[in-house]
Amino acid sequence: MWSITSTVLALVLFATYLGIGALAHSTHFSLGWALASTLLIWAGPAQIILISTLGSGATVAQAAIAVTVSAIRLFPMVVSVLPMLRTPTTKRRHLVLATHFIAVTLWVECFRLLPQVPRERRIVFTHGLGSGLVSLCLVATTVGYGLAANLPELFAAAILLLTPLAFLLSTARNCRQLADVLALVLGLALFPLTAMLHTGVDILISGVSAGTIAYGVHRWRRRK
Amino acid sequence: MSDFIGDWNALLVLLLAGFLPNEVWRMLGLWFGGGIDEGSELLVWVRAVATAILAGVIAQILVSPPGALASVPGWLRYAAVAAGFAVFIVTRRSIFAGVVCGELVMLAGKWWLG
Repeated sequence: MWSITSTVLALVLFATYLGIGALAHSTHFSLGWALASTLLIWAGPAQIILISTLGSGATVAQAAIAVTVSAIRLFPMVVSVLPMLRTPTTKRRHLVLATHFIAVTLWVECFRLLPQVPRERRIVFTHGLGSGLVSLCLVATTVGYGLAANLPELFAAAILLLTPLAFLLSTARNCRQLADVLALVLGLALFPLTAMLHTGVDILISGVSAGTIAYGVHRWRRRK
Repeated sequence: MSDFIGDWNALLVLLLAGFLPNEVWRMLGLWFGGGIDEGSELLVWVRAVATAILAGVIAQILVSPPGALASVPGWLRYAAVAAGFAVFIVTRRSIFAGVVCGELVMLAGKWWLG
């Protein structure tokens, strides 16, 4: 556990899942549902999107589209982590559980910790790290859910504010290129505009347009 | 126990709208990930769209907040997040300092408003 508890990332993750638990309570999902979403989805942004879109009356199809677009970023993460886990004798099915655990925190930690782990033990190490982090977040989900149910309004509001704060700052920290920074700023700015359209997929429209504009600027600057 | 699980339909929705659309990208990465260059242009675009979607989610929570957060006036929500972001920049990207500061601004503002 030392490697997990000693990082600020785990604290941020805990805060994020406190927020998710609280959000699930505020939008009238059951605790079992919230815990199942942490265990099965295991991606903070997708969980927030699912809870907030369903909570604001979107259909299952609209929520599924918003979730799947947000989850595309998991693809490059998986692609970059798996070569570090493979040995010549590794079969694909040995990697399924490790692949499920890959999300931004585990992705960052794999790059930091795996080089110190002998290659043949890396899958087991990732399973341990992943189940440790998932357990931590199941506890955080439960605590956040309970707090939102029982705390005075002021503190319940403080816990709900954790989600936008933690996501904004951890996303800003992960920005590596101009395209990422622009996407974040434009995404924040465009959403209130598209929200006026009341399409049910407002987040999707603002996200795809802001992301594409950011990518366009990135291309245009590179060509100059 | 029925309170814990709640509505079984909701669990089906979780599988269809949450688990499957999310997990499919991990499994595609496992199956087809061998031949893709991590720095490719397609992945730059994918990352930009994913970041902008996340930004939209953040904006949605701030603009039309759920539950108890709706009791905090809009200007105070934006001020708290702006203060958190400013501290994050000043402390050379400390997420922890930024989150703590944003929360303190909101609590102080609410207390001051009474």
